[in-house]
Amino acid sequence: MNEPLQLISDFQPSANLMQFIEISILTLLLVVSIAMLRMRRLFGVVMLSGIYSFLSALFFVALDAVDVAFTEAAVGAGISTILMLSAMLLTARREKPFVPGHAFLALLVCVVVGGALVYATFDAPLYGDPMAPANAYVGQAYVDRMAVEISMPNIVTGVLASYRGYDTMGETAVIFTAALGVMLLLGLGSERGGRVVSDVPPEPEASPSSDSTAQNSTAQNSTGQKSPAPTANSPIGREDAP
Amino acid sequence: MWDIILERYNYWIVIALMMVGLYTVISRGNLVKTLIGLNLFQTSVFVLYISMGKIMGGTAPIFTEEDYDKRLKEGLADDQWTHLTFRPEGAHHEVSGHETSGHETSGRETSGQEMGAADHGGDLATGNDLHQSDMMAGNALDVSASSEVTTNSISNGIISHDAPIDMAQSSSLGLQSVADTIEVYQPLPRIVSPLADVIYSNPLPHVLILTAIVVGVATTAVGLALAVRIREAYGTIEEDELEAADAIAEFGTPSFPHETSAKGAA
Amino acid sequence: MMDHLILRVMIKLFFAPILLFALYVQFHGDYGPGGGFQAGVIFASAFILFALGFGLRTTQKAVPPSVLPYFMVTGLLLYAGTGVVTLFLGGNFLDYYVLAPNSHHNAGQHMGIFLVELGVGMAVFSSMLTIFYYFAGREPEISDEDW
Repeated sequence: MNEPLQLISDFQPSANLMQFIEISILTLLLVVSIAMLRMRRLFGVVMLSGIYSFLSALFFVALDAVDVAFTEAAVGAGISTILMLSAMLLTARREKPFVPGHAFLALLVCVVVGGALVYATFDAPLYGDPMAPANAYVGQAYVDRMAVEISMPNIVTGVLASYRGYDTMGETAVIFTAALGVMLLLGLGSERGGRVVSDVPPEPEASPSSDSTAQNSTAQNSTGQKSPAPTANSPIGREDAP
Repeated sequence: MWDIILERYNYWIVIALMMVGLYTVISRGNLVKTLIGLNLFQTSVFVLYISMGKIMGGTAPIFTEEDYDKRLKEGLADDQWTHLTFRPEGAHHEVSGHETSGHETSGRETSGQEMGAADHGGDLATGNDLHQSDMMAGNALDVSASSEVTTNSISNGIISHDAPIDMAQSSSLGLQSVADTIEVYQPLPRIVSPLADVIYSNPLPHVLILTAIVVGVATTAVGLALAVRIREAYGTIEEDELEAADAIAEFGTPSFPHETSAKGAA
Repeated sequence: MMDHLILRVMIKLFFAPILLFALYVQFHGDYGPGGGFQAGVIFASAFILFALGFGLRTTQKAVPPSVLPYFMVTGLLLYAGTGVVTLFLGGNFLDYYVLAPNSHHNAGQHMGIFLVELGVGMAVFSSMLTIFYYFAGREPEISDEDW
C-alpha cells in the first residue's frame, strides 16, 4: 500500500511485440487506403472501406481504446458500409476513368502538406510517452478523480456522460439534426418524378420537360402505387407509402 | 535510427493516410468517391488522436476491480469528497471551515491552478490549499486539508516549489506525496498513477473520438443523401459532367464562357 | 420465399441475440466497454439486418417509420430534460450530484448517467434506422448495364 512512487523520468521507447503488431496493422491500413484510391468499381471501394474500418478497430484495441474500437466496428464497418452501399445503388456503380489532368496539382498539395506535417512530428511527443502534455495533466486528472467523484469503473463512460455532458448532448443533437436532414432530402420526390422513377434513361437536362414532370407527379399522387412506372424490379420489395 | 523510426512510425503512417484521403478528395470527381475519401481522412484523424492517448505499459481505461476498491478507499475519506463534486449550501460552511487559513493567505500568489479541467465550481483553489499546507506544515495537519492538498497536487501534476508537504502526515493516510521541490513550469518527473499501481491510457481522446465516430457517420449520411439528390436532378454524380450540364442549361455550351475565353487567350 | 433460405434462417437466429446484446451494452456500459452510442447503433443494425433479409416492408411493419421521429425527439429530450431537472433541483445543468445528494456511492451520478445514456441510445437508434429507411426506400434509377 505504501510503496514508493513510480517516477518515470526519462521515457525510453522500447520495441516490443505489441508495437510490431501495431506497425503491421498500420501498414495494412495504408495498403487498403491506396487500394481504395486506385479502385474504380465503387462496390469494391465500399467493401474496402469496411475492411479499413475493421482494421482501424483492431488498431484501437491494440492501443487500449476498447470503447472506440467497439464504436468503430459497429458504426464504421456496419452502418457506414450499408449506407454507402445503398447510396451507391442510388447513384453510380462505377467511377469515370481518371483523367490525369489536374492530378499533378493535387499531388503537389498533398506532398507539401504531408511534408509539413512530417516535419512537425519531430516536435511532437513520442509515441506512448506518459509525460506528454496530453497524457500527463488533464487525462490523468480524469483518471484520478473518477473513482471518487463518479464511482464508475468505465472511465470513458463517466467522462463522456458526466464531465463532458454538454459535449455529448451537442453531439446527440447533431445526430438528430442529421437524421432530420436526410428525412428532408430523401423523403420528398425529386423533380423528375422522385420515388417512382424507374430504369428509364435520364432525359437531357436542357430539354423542357416541365409538363411531363407535372403529369408524372400528379399521376403519382392520384394513383399511388398504380403509377405507370413499374417498380417490380426493385431489389428490396417496396411500394410507395401513402 | 531505429528508435527515431519506432517512436514516430504512427504519426508518419497517419499522415500518409491523411494525404491519401486528401488526394482522393481533391483529384476524384465522383461524389461518392469523394465522400469515401473524406471518410478516410476522418478515420486517420481518429487514429492520430488515439495514438496520442496511448501510454506505454498502460491498459484500457476501465478500472480493474482491486484498483477500483483501492482508489475508493484511499482517494478521499467518505465525508470529504462530496464538496469536490458539488457543495450544497449547508455543507459549504462546514467544509470551508478547514479552509479559513487558506483563504486568508489568498493574497499571495496562487500558482498551482494551471489545470481547471475537473474543477467543479472553482471550489478547489489549489494555490490556496498549497499555501495553506505551507503555513500549516509542521503543525498538526488537519486530515481533510492534508488529503485535499495531496490529491490536488497530484492531479495537477505540478507542485508549487514552496509547498513542502508533510511526508509523515500524508503517508499516514496511505497517500504518497510528490517530490519536494519541483519547479512550476518544468516538465519534470510526474507520477503516473498516484493512488494505485495500475497505469491507464489517457481516456480523454477516447471520449472525443467515440462521439466523433457516430457524428461522422451521421454527417456522411447527409452528404450521401445530397449526392443521391444530385444524381436524381442531373443524372450523374461526376463533377465535370455536372458542370457541363450547368453550363448547357445556362449558356447553351458545354463549358462556361469565361473558361473558354481564357482558353482561347492562352 | 425459398430463395436465400440459409441467409434468412441465420438472420432469424441472430436477430434476438443482437437485440439482447444491444441492451447489455446499453445497461452494462458503466462497467465495461459500451454505452448509449454503441447500443443504439447495434440495436439499429439488428433491424437493418432483418431488412436486408426480409425486405423493407416487413421491417417497416415491425418498426413503422412514422414512430421513429418520436423516439428521436424523446431521446434528445430525455438528455436535455435530465439537465433541466438538475437545474430545478438546485444544481448546475447536467450536474447529476443533486439527483441523490450525500449518497456515499454517487448514486446521483449513476442515475444521471443512466438517464443520459438511455437518451443517447434512443436518439442514435432511431436516427440510424431513419437514415437507413430513407436510403433503402428510395427507388434506384440506374440501368443494369452500369454494373
